[in-house]
Amino acid sequence: MTVWHFIAQNRAELLDLTLEHLWLVGISILIAVLIGIPLGILISRWPALDKPILGSANVIQTIPSLALFGFLLPAPWIGERADRLAILALTLYALLPLIRNTYVGIRGVDAAVVDAARGMGMTDRQVLLQVQLPLALGVIIAGIRVATVICVGLATIAAAIGAGGLGEFIFRGLAMVSDSVILAGAIPAALLALLADFGLGRLEKRLQPR
Amino acid sequence: MLSTAKLAIEFRAVAYSPDAGAPILRDLNLAIERGETLVLLGRSGSGKTTTLRLINRLLSPTAGDILIEGRSTSDWNVIRLRRMIGYVIQDIGLFPHFTVQRNIATIPKLEGWPAARIHSRVNELLTLVGLDPQLATRYPRELSGGQRQRIGVARALAADPPILLMDEPFGALDPLTRAELQREFLSLQNRLRKTVVFVTHDVREALLLGDRIALMANARLTTLCTPQEFRSSKNPLVAAYMESVTTVTCDRGDT
Repeated sequence: MTVWHFIAQNRAELLDLTLEHLWLVGISILIAVLIGIPLGILISRWPALDKPILGSANVIQTIPSLALFGFLLPAPWIGERADRLAILALTLYALLPLIRNTYVGIRGVDAAVVDAARGMGMTDRQVLLQVQLPLALGVIIAGIRVATVICVGLATIAAAIGAGGLGEFIFRGLAMVSDSVILAGAIPAALLALLADFGLGRLEKRLQPR
Repeated sequence: MLSTAKLAIEFRAVAYSPDAGAPILRDLNLAIERGETLVLLGRSGSGKTTTLRLINRLLSPTAGDILIEGRSTSDWNVIRLRRMIGYVIQDIGLFPHFTVQRNIATIPKLEGWPAARIHSRVNELLTLVGLDPQLATRYPRELSGGQRQRIGVARALAADPPILLMDEPFGALDPLTRAELQREFLSLQNRLRKTVVFVTHDVREALLLGDRIALMANARLTTLCTPQEFRSSKNPLVAAYMESVTTVTCDRGDT
């Protein structure tokens, strides 16, 4: 049985798993954006916090994904449902590129521009919202892009704890020793990653100043 | 109080040292009158820029007091203070994501001016600094260095501040554009009569533009005089500066 054959026979399930995959990634990235960008802004203003916050995000990044799922299993409320667990783990992985890129993006804004903005009498908030964030936006989108690509890949492992997604086919294929079934999960997952990379890459280019 | 009413800016025994480090400015006493152009002249690191940044409180003095319109900068609301002081720097610092129009309109917009008033003010300012009002829709990257610096001046003048701080504004320009902008600055200042504090390390620029020259060296104000007095001063440091000008002139005469 070829991949295409398998896919043709399991169209409905493939669609479900793809949507499930997108949902896991989408929610995780959304939460990571809501936490990561403010944290990035925070450490760009209080440099004393940059080492502990970036350090913690870095440490999380180094935990093997399967182990992280395992560690989170005993957590109350979170551990009760596989999808909550998967979303939490994916969010944690997505944080580092978001925090780091927000930080680097804001720090990278031309010092003369910020100096002029302050000297003219913009409040800190106005400097942030009208000058620093708009000029850092391209770099921040690049962070979202990296985080999304990482999460699309990692989300396949969420199937190991029963959270669904395209990893279902991959793990089923491994159990059945069937390349076709593995590929039926792997190819769409790879395509999703490429698509996210391409789409967010376009957005990033458009928002890049200069 | 009567004496301070004439003064736009007054430094009283001002010193500044960064958190951990040698003092950048020591015991500065300096009174700047309304409508005069005071040039701060000196080498890099002599404390000129620090003096300037103390005026709009981008830096706070470690000792002494700075009075703007008779009131200590620490008593001013810092945002109000900065909005009545135009600020032009060498790197210009135009907002690259804003059009020329939006750059010039930054402060009027924050001050909530109506759109029609902003529009006419932008046109007025572009004309004032010798630019075509059609440039309003361009982005800074599409302009030449001289044009950008003019926009920087227009932006600083937008809300008609009584005080203007200029930190080597023409330092990065080619000699011809620089001379052109210096001439324009003089004619502009003749009309507007702002209180201008102008930082430069170029003696000729200081002699040309200043009503008075404050020469700074090693974190101190060493000489305060008019350009005429400066030319004939016997002070060895001033004489050294004057010599540097004449030497250059002689070299040019030879070739």
